[in-house]
Amino acid sequence: MLRYALRRIGGLIPTLFVIVTLSFCVVRLAPGGPFDQEQTLTPLVRANLDRLYGLDQPLSVQYGHYLRGLLHGDFGPSLSQRDFTVSELIAQGLPVSVVIGLCAILLALLIGIPAGIAAATWRNQGADHGLTVFAALAVALPSFVTGPLFALVFALTLHWLPVAGWEPGAPRYLVLPVLTLALPVAAHLARLTRVSLLEVLRSPWIRSARARGLGGARVLWRHALRPALLPAVSYLGPALAYVVTGSLVVETVFGLPGTGRYLVQGAIDRDYPLVMGMIIVYGALLLIFNLVADLLYGWLDPRVRHE
Amino acid sequence: MSAEHLPERAEVLRLAQLSVSFRTATGLVSAAQEVTLSVARGECLGVVGASGAGKSVSFLALLGLLPPNAYVQGSAQFCGAELLGAAARALDRLRGASIGMVFQDPMTSLTPHLTIGKQIAEVVVRHRGVSWAAGRARGEALLTRVHVTDPGRRMGQYPHELSGGMRQRAMIAIALACEPQLLIADEPTTSLDVTIQAQILALLAELKREQGMAMVLITHDLGAVAGVADRVAVMRGGRVIETGPVGVVLKRPRDPYTRALVDCAPQLAPERAPMPDTALAGSEPPLRAVALSLTDVSVEFPVGARWFGRAARLSALRQVSLELAAGESLGVVGESGSGKSTLVRATLQLLRPTTGRVVWMGAALGELPAGELRALRKDLQIIFQDPLGSLDPRLTVGEIVAEPLLVQAPQLTATARAAETAAVLERVGLPARLTGRYPHELSGGECQRVGIARAMILKPRLLVCDEPVSALDTPTQQQIVSLLADLKRESGLSLLFVSHNLALVQRLCERVLVLYLGRMMELGPASQLYAQPLHPYTRELLGAVPIPDPELQPARLSRVLAGEPPSPLNPPSGCAYRTRCPHAIPVCREKVPAWEAVDGARRVACHRWREL
Repeated sequence: MLRYALRRIGGLIPTLFVIVTLSFCVVRLAPGGPFDQEQTLTPLVRANLDRLYGLDQPLSVQYGHYLRGLLHGDFGPSLSQRDFTVSELIAQGLPVSVVIGLCAILLALLIGIPAGIAAATWRNQGADHGLTVFAALAVALPSFVTGPLFALVFALTLHWLPVAGWEPGAPRYLVLPVLTLALPVAAHLARLTRVSLLEVLRSPWIRSARARGLGGARVLWRHALRPALLPAVSYLGPALAYVVTGSLVVETVFGLPGTGRYLVQGAIDRDYPLVMGMIIVYGALLLIFNLVADLLYGWLDPRVRHE
Repeated sequence: MSAEHLPERAEVLRLAQLSVSFRTATGLVSAAQEVTLSVARGECLGVVGASGAGKSVSFLALLGLLPPNAYVQGSAQFCGAELLGAAARALDRLRGASIGMVFQDPMTSLTPHLTIGKQIAEVVVRHRGVSWAAGRARGEALLTRVHVTDPGRRMGQYPHELSGGMRQRAMIAIALACEPQLLIADEPTTSLDVTIQAQILALLAELKREQGMAMVLITHDLGAVAGVADRVAVMRGGRVIETGPVGVVLKRPRDPYTRALVDCAPQLAPERAPMPDTALAGSEPPLRAVALSLTDVSVEFPVGARWFGRAARLSALRQVSLELAAGESLGVVGESGSGKSTLVRATLQLLRPTTGRVVWMGAALGELPAGELRALRKDLQIIFQDPLGSLDPRLTVGEIVAEPLLVQAPQLTATARAAETAAVLERVGLPARLTGRYPHELSGGECQRVGIARAMILKPRLLVCDEPVSALDTPTQQQIVSLLADLKRESGLSLLFVSHNLALVQRLCERVLVLYLGRMMELGPASQLYAQPLHPYTRELLGAVPIPDPELQPARLSRVLAGEPPSPLNPPSGCAYRTRCPHAIPVCREKVPAWEAVDGARRVACHRWREL
C-alpha cells in the first residue's frame, strides 16, 4: 500500500509540469495582450512596459524564465493589479476559497453518503422516493438560484444568518456559501451511493454472506458498503472541480474575498501570471484530490493495489 | 417420483411440495414445482439437471436467499423445524451454523475486500460467540482440514490472491466453520479446471465420509454425482422427474430424459473415440497437406516492470512446435496457466510470439504486411470461451453474424448479406426468429451458436476454439461439440480445439497435444493417447475426468493427485511437471526431458516414459 502511494505521488510531478506547459501555451494563444485596453499608452511607454515584464522576449525565453521563477515559488507580478504579486493575491484569497470548498465537500460527504445508504436500504419506500425527488432538484438547480434563495429565507426572512460578506474568524458568514456549494455535490453523492449499493447488494458475495447467517447489519456495513463507495470516491475529483468553478458564482453572490474571481477577471485582463498562478494552484489541488481518491480506492478494493 | 418416507432414517432436510415462482413484468414465472426430496444424516443427495431446471432455486428458497420477487410455497423442514416463512433472525441462526452453503464461482462468491481469515473467523465469532483470536485459530485449523497449503499465510490473503481451487477450498472451510448438519454445495466445481474439480469432489467425498453430515450436491455434471452422491434426484423444467440410489439412476435410468443425460455425459470410453467420420487417424500419420505449422514458438511476457533493473520474464509458451493438416482436428489440453490460450493467440497473431514461426499455407504470418494478414484472417477464425461476453451487447444476432462480411466482403449488398446470415444461422441450428434478438435474451448454448455462426460466415479453413464449451452445462456442451464435428465434416476445415477436459477433446479430435506450464508434454493420435497415455501428466488429466459410473468413480476420486500447477514466474528446474509427478526421480530435477519421438506419430517429454 505504501509503495502504491509513493508511486502515485511520484506520478504527480510530471503531470503538474504538463499542466504548466500546456496552460502557458494556451494562455498566450489567446489574442490580445495585457496592456491593449489602456488606450492612453504611447508606443514608447507600451514598449517599456513590455520590456519590464519580459513580454518583448521570445516565448521560449519567457517560458524558461517563468519555470525558473516557479521552482523558487515565485508566480511573478500581477499585470492587472500592479501593486501586488500573484503570490500575494493568492495568499489573500485562497484561504477563504479553500475553507469554503473543503467545508462544502465535507458537508456533502456527511449528507450524501448516509442519504444514499438510507435510500438503498429502504428501497422503494417513502424515504427513498423523497430523496430521489429532492436529489434531482438539488442537482438541477444552479447555485446562482439556490444561493439567493437561501439568503432570502435564512437571512432576510428568518434573520438567522448574515446575507453576505466576510469577517475573518466568524463562521456564520460561511454557512450559506458552504450550504449552496455542498447541496448539488451531496445530491450527486447520494444518487451514486444509492445505485451502487443496490448493485452490490445483488452480487453473489452478498448472497453468500447472507447464507453464512451474518445478519443484515453486518452484511451491509462489512460486506457491501466498501465496494459500494467506489463510485462516490471516484466522484471526489470532479466534485472538487465543481466546487472550484462554482466558487466564482458563490463568492460573487455572497460577496466573499476568495480566489474565484481571479481566474475569470485575470483571463479577461490577459493577466498572464495571475491566470497561470490560478491554473497551477487549482491543478495542484485537483491532482492532490484525485490522489486521495485513488488511495481511498486502493483501500476500498484490494485488487487495485496489485495492478 | 417416489414417495420419500423412510422413518428409520435420521432425516435432516425434507422438502415437501416446494414450489417457487417469480413475479415478473410479464406475470408469474414458475421456476420449481412441487419438489419433494429428503436428505438423511451421513447421506449425499445429488441433484442433477440442465441449467434452469430449478435445482439451485429450490435450495436457495429454503434458505431464504431468493430475491424479493420470489414466491415460495410448500414446506421445507430442517430437523423437524419449518424453514419457509421463518423470521430472518431465526434463519440467521441456522444459516452458516447448522446449514453450510458452498456456491459456484468462488471468485465472486467471496467478499473481495476482506481477507480469507476475516471471512472464516467472522462466521465462527458470529455463531459461536468466541473471541476473534479463537475465530482465527479455528479458521486456520479449518483451512488445514480442507487441505489448503500454507494456511497461516492464506488467512491474510484476499480472495483474488488465491488460485481457483484454493478459493473453493476456503469457501468450503467457511461452510464447515460451525460443523453444520447439512452442507449444500451449488455447482461447486463448475468454474474449475478438471484436475481441480476432481480434487474438490474428492474433498467433498472425504468430508461426507468423515464428518457424517448430510450433503446436497447440485450439479449439471453426472460424473460429479457418480463419485460422491448416494442418491440422485433428476430435475427438469422445475420438477423432480426421477429419484433413487445413484447406482440405479445412473445405470438403469427409468425416465427417457435421465437416459439422455447419462448418454451425453462425457465418458472416457475408448471405443467412442475417434468419432466414425474421423477414423482417418490410425497408427499412421495422416497423409494430408500441412495447413498450419508452428516451429519453436515461444511467448514471454515482461512482468513487474520496475524503474530500475530488468523486468522479470514470464514464459507463457516455451518452444512449441506442431503441424495441423488441412481438414484435421487437433486438441490442445492442459490446466489454467498451461499456455493454451497463449498458443491460440500466437497462432492467430493476436499476440506476437517472442521467437518462432507460424506458417499458414506457406505464408509466415509474422512476416506478412498488416494488409495481407488482415485479408488472410478470413481463413482463420476463432470461437471464444465466454459465450455472452464475446458478443457485442448492443448488436442484434443478425448484426453480429453479418459484421465480418462488412470487413472481409464489403462489396456485398445488404440483401446478399442478409441471405448469407440466414444461411449460416440455419447451419448452426439457430431459428431465424432469433435474428433480431440481442445476446442477453439468448441462452448460453444459443450465444455460443451465434459465436460459431460469426466465425463460419467467412467460410474459414481453420477454426480455433478456445474452451468453447467450458461455460456451458453438459447437455449443451455435447450439442456444441456435435455441431462442431458436423461443420468440420461438411466443410473440411481444420480445427484447433482447446480445452482443460480430455473427455471433450476425445469426441472431436484426431490428435491431442498436452501442455503443462507452456511446455509440450505429450502429442499423439487420440486413440493411442487415451488408450495408453505415456506421460504421467496425461494420466493425471485422464484420471481427473469425472465419469458417470457410480461403480468406478468413487475409486477414481480416491486416487486423485493433490497439487496445483506452480507459478509460471518461477517454474521448477528440469521437468516442469516433476513437483506434482508421483514418479519423479533426481534426474527430473536436473535435466529437461527431450521431446522424444515414439513410434512415428507420438511424442513425449518424460525421462521415464519407457519404464512407466
